[in-house]
Amino acid sequence: MAFIKSLLSITANPALSVLIWLILFLAALYFARKPFHATIKAFARVINNAMRFTASSILLAEKRLVQRNREVLVADGLENAERLVEREFDRINAAVVRDLEGYPGLHHQMSEVITKMEEDFTKTADVPPSLPNWTNIIEAIANIEHSGDSMVSNMLAEINRTLTEQHKAAIETYRNSSATRHSLLNKMKPFWRTLQKTLSEVGKSISDLNKRAKRIDRYMDNYEQIRAKTDKAVRMLSSSSMTQFFISGLVLLIAFGGAIINFNLIALPMSEMVGGGSYIGPYKTSDVAGLVIILVELSMGLFLMESLRITRLFPIIGSMDDKMRRRMIYITLTLLTVLAGVESALAFMRDRIAADMEALRQTLAGAEAMAHAASNIPTIGQMVMGFVLPFALTFVAIPLESFISSARTVLGIVGAGVLRAIAFILRLVGNAGLYLGKFIISVYDLLIFPTLWLEGVITSGQKGVKKTPKEAKNKKIMKKFKKSFTNKGKQTEEKEQLE
Amino acid sequence: MKKTVAFIIVLVIFLAGCADTKKHSKGVYMLLDTSGTYALELKKAQSILNYLLGTLQPMDTLAVACIDTGSFSEKDIIAKVTFYQRPSVANNQKRAFQKKIDKFTSEVKSSKYTDISGGLYQAIEYLNEADTGKKYILIFSDLKEELKRGHVRDVPFQLAGFNVIALNVTKLRADIRDPKKYLKRVEQWRAKVEGGNGQWRVVNDLERLENIFAE
Repeated sequence: MAFIKSLLSITANPALSVLIWLILFLAALYFARKPFHATIKAFARVINNAMRFTASSILLAEKRLVQRNREVLVADGLENAERLVEREFDRINAAVVRDLEGYPGLHHQMSEVITKMEEDFTKTADVPPSLPNWTNIIEAIANIEHSGDSMVSNMLAEINRTLTEQHKAAIETYRNSSATRHSLLNKMKPFWRTLQKTLSEVGKSISDLNKRAKRIDRYMDNYEQIRAKTDKAVRMLSSSSMTQFFISGLVLLIAFGGAIINFNLIALPMSEMVGGGSYIGPYKTSDVAGLVIILVELSMGLFLMESLRITRLFPIIGSMDDKMRRRMIYITLTLLTVLAGVESALAFMRDRIAADMEALRQTLAGAEAMAHAASNIPTIGQMVMGFVLPFALTFVAIPLESFISSARTVLGIVGAGVLRAIAFILRLVGNAGLYLGKFIISVYDLLIFPTLWLEGVITSGQKGVKKTPKEAKNKKIMKKFKKSFTNKGKQTEEKEQLE
Repeated sequence: MKKTVAFIIVLVIFLAGCADTKKHSKGVYMLLDTSGTYALELKKAQSILNYLLGTLQPMDTLAVACIDTGSFSEKDIIAKVTFYQRPSVANNQKRAFQKKIDKFTSEVKSSKYTDISGGLYQAIEYLNEADTGKKYILIFSDLKEELKRGHVRDVPFQLAGFNVIALNVTKLRADIRDPKKYLKRVEQWRAKVEGGNGQWRVVNDLERLENIFAE
């Protein structure tokens, strides 16, 4: 306060003092104008450039990340496509092996059937027995006109009778022969059917193979597209990766719920085994032991899935020879079964301990101890759950693999997005800094506008005074220089803004 | 490979070292005032003990002693137990403990004097020997100390790390006439306990026994 008073007391009139101080202040600001402008401009440019450079380097990093993501995505896509094609080839192989294995038998069967049918067919081609050749002769004799001689008449009658008998016998033979041929043709029916069935089976196998071949063609097309790294393929892989990420995440959450239930089943009874009063760090040893059992089960599940070549998290397991892999399957399965048995026993123990604790609580509360529930269903239910959950958790390996592989891509996409956002913010801050500098300069000029106005008045007054030729020349040079300088400045600013 | 083995060994040693039982165990020493008319309040003490038995975990320690003419004595300990680490065994120990307390409350005879300080000395000694992680001394009394002539209780309490909780501090007739007496009595005990670097609390509402172990 005293300082202000002393400032206002430089003249007798405080208003005059204020005016003097104001003029002095404006004069000081006017003289400091150029260095102030330069400082602010430099500061604004420093901020702008720093932000621009940082943003460019971040964008460069983002580009690299996107490129890397693309490579990872393509590599994953190729692996998947290879796996699909491999699986189809395996199936074709199995089908071909299966069908070709039976081919000699099939061939033999078909040959037999065909031979049999040929034989039968040949038999059916036999001409039925015709009437004896001498019937024409007899017929001619029988047609001879007789004069009524009894001997001739008898002879002719005999010939007629013989002829009739012969005819009957021939008809009979013909009928028998036809019946035999019909029965042979009838016998051929099942052979025809067998042959037809066999051929239709062969046809079905061939059409299956055709379908698989078409599917392989489709997979190969996809594979080619991925190999060519086309944008379409990358987009497809990216969206499939996102879907996989969320679905596998959801399944993992469900599995996590299962693991918690499993944990609660065994944590309490574990205190009977490892003690209820010991701690590892801030956690009860029994809880840690329960968790370890669940984690071991999960690990066994992972190894089992790897050994079965369902997942490919550990390439070393997948690349083992079949004998070793089979051993590993048996070992992990045995361990899982043992652990499931242990869990089941623990679940049983949990039921007993819980009942005992409840009885104690009731005793302490002064109530009569209730008899145990007659139904064993809860106990059995807990035991079954304890046995089944470890096996159910085994399948966590599948979503886990999907989650890990898709998380890499998703994290890459998110990372690229974050980097882009940071670069944008930095550029925004840089531009804001530049325009803030301009704004400060304008505000400064606005504050000292009386002095600037005065400067304008003085310089316009000087314009009217005639200059010496030397002064005029110097001014011309200065004007030219100024013009070129301001043009350059404008160009750089425009360039920067464009960038 | 060597590094991995060394890491596993260090981890195992670390975890084994962390398997700390003492640090998390609770030690509770309950002093029951059996002097004069306060002996009639022992039914309430029984419900507090039942709460303690229901709350304490394996490896915790519980002891109950009575406050009588000369309480600085092991003979005044009615029952003591450190619960076994297996919950099923601990449950049986709790049942046995409850029976002992029931027997005591049915047979208790009121004493002429009230040696609270002696009881506190005994409690400190017992809990220090038990070496539990957290130590609680519960004083079930009206906090009116009456020492027999010749008993000296002027040794300051060493209560660092102890929680001393006064339970069911009933108002005496004189307190009803002049509440200052009650407040002074409680304040004296607070000063004594806090003077020995202990934590002092009063829990009069026996419906909120969970406040006993509230930190």
